[in-house]
Amino acid sequence: MHDVRYELLNPATLGSKQVTYTERRETVLYRLFHDRRAVTAGSVLVLLTIICLLAFLSPYDPNQLSIMDKLHAPSWAHWFGTDDHGRDYFTRILYGGQVSLAVGLLSMLIAVSLGTIVGTVSGYLGGVIDGLFMRFLDVFMSLPSFFILMILNAYLKPSVQNMIIIIGLLSWMDVARIVRSQTMSIKEQEFMLYARSIGVRMWRTIFKHLIPGVMPSIVVAASLNVANAILTESALSFLGLGVQPPASSWGSMLNNAQGYLGTASYLAIFPGVLILIVILSFNVIGDALRDALEPTE
Amino acid sequence: MATPSLLFWRELRLSRMILRRMLQIVPLLFVISVISFALVKLSPGDPVKMFVTPNMHPEDVERIRRSLGLNLPIYEQYFRWLGQIVHGNLGYSLQNSQPVLGQILQRLPATIGLMGTALAATLIIAIPLGLVAAKYENTWIDRLLNMISYISISIPVFWFGILLIEFFSVKLNWLPSLGMQTIGENSFVDLAQHAILPVTTLTFQGCGAYYRYVRSNTLSEIRKSYVEFGHAKGLSIWKLLWSHILKNVMLPVITLLGMSLPTLISGAYITESVFSWPGLGLLSVDAIFSLDYPIIMAMTLFSGLMLILGNLFADMTYQFVDPRIRK
Repeated sequence: MHDVRYELLNPATLGSKQVTYTERRETVLYRLFHDRRAVTAGSVLVLLTIICLLAFLSPYDPNQLSIMDKLHAPSWAHWFGTDDHGRDYFTRILYGGQVSLAVGLLSMLIAVSLGTIVGTVSGYLGGVIDGLFMRFLDVFMSLPSFFILMILNAYLKPSVQNMIIIIGLLSWMDVARIVRSQTMSIKEQEFMLYARSIGVRMWRTIFKHLIPGVMPSIVVAASLNVANAILTESALSFLGLGVQPPASSWGSMLNNAQGYLGTASYLAIFPGVLILIVILSFNVIGDALRDALEPTE
Repeated sequence: MATPSLLFWRELRLSRMILRRMLQIVPLLFVISVISFALVKLSPGDPVKMFVTPNMHPEDVERIRRSLGLNLPIYEQYFRWLGQIVHGNLGYSLQNSQPVLGQILQRLPATIGLMGTALAATLIIAIPLGLVAAKYENTWIDRLLNMISYISISIPVFWFGILLIEFFSVKLNWLPSLGMQTIGENSFVDLAQHAILPVTTLTFQGCGAYYRYVRSNTLSEIRKSYVEFGHAKGLSIWKLLWSHILKNVMLPVITLLGMSLPTLISGAYITESVFSWPGLGLLSVDAIFSLDYPIIMAMTLFSGLMLILGNLFADMTYQFVDPRIRK
């Protein structure tokens, strides 16, 4: 009996809605995979991630100092040259990439989960709770977040875990705002009213029926969020307030490269180009997703 | 048509809304002051350590602690700090014992000059480019500009700064890379030479967002009936773009401007650090590295205030500029 009810409630199988929903899903994926920008950006990201994860295959130790090999220009032995301590730069770039990507993706997960919870609860319940949550959001929106990040990293020991948590906790607000407004409009739709009227519990309504509807906006926000998180991490590390040596991220490598402008420019070129490519790809995917979900024509 | 009395009520409602928003600033600032205080005070690290020398007597250390008011309970410290701030006293820097407010005011012109110039350049470049791209939608000009705008919004600003220094200062030796003035020289040309690279960095970074705003808004405006009417009347597309469409496109641009007000004052942390530009950004970053908490707390509060005012300004202009929203 319960299952039948559930089938009735599921928007994907709800009478005439069935056609529109499946159609929409297919066309979104179809549009996305036929968007040359999105496919290129996606492939670049997947490829870069795989290469960074394969860093352990490198014959060089990323932290092995070797004074004899200081500042060698790129060659067959050292593809990206060596840094000021004689470490193989290509290997360090790969390990640094793992850190940069991990910080970006994991802090995005924190921000998106937090933003989704606050946004759905606030939009769904409305009233006093909504008012409270929105004041809370106002406070967070008024915090100079990059400045706070710098302060926290200066006082706390800036480990990778700390950075992920702090960046995540300071960047959920946009997601919450988007999710809240979407929730409020979906809440008014008929299938939600039906669910409430036959007595489906609140959390089940939220997870089974509301969040799937809000998901597209969340995905778009998530992809732009990763780009911002990576940029924030690299800026912090560049200022010397992020990842600490001997560990490295692309940002901290740029910080180090500042001392070798003119003598070993490649030290600044490689990490910078990679940050640019990754952020560009996430931005392009975010835009392509938005276009695929809401075609303007 | 609205009668005068109706208009009066509308204006009244509008000013009430603004008044309410302005009153909200006070509790928001209070919360931010608590946060900025707690952030610094609850963090590990003893500020007294900065004054302690190895052969100092414990009693002297205690005296320093008392003179800084650090022996009081935390809430009492907070209210003393707040009381001082309300009287315009932001405390004294731990590094050079100068008043914090004086240092902020002294650094303010450098930051405003840099950011203001960059913002003006951004608008002058981005708005016409956005209009042109929309006019030539889907041609090679549009595609090229779109690509550049993607790079502009994605490029790490510090890396772009480094590249400019590398090329124009180190390789070509055309422009100075650090500071605001050559020591001993006090001419406008010298200042301008120092400003070119940081202004270029900030402008390139800013252009992408404004360009994309202007382009997408122009595209939606261009399809509206008043544009069609203008066409039928025999107006050229440039005339239409410049004197009719631009007006409507500027609305979201003004909102974006309001939101960039806080960065105008304090957001140049990174650019100022890269180019050692002696403004508020550099002051804050230096203070953070030396854990100079009076400056840190003052700058947090100051940045928070700017953010609140920026958002308020954006909302208000939005209401004033577009009569449709007022209804």
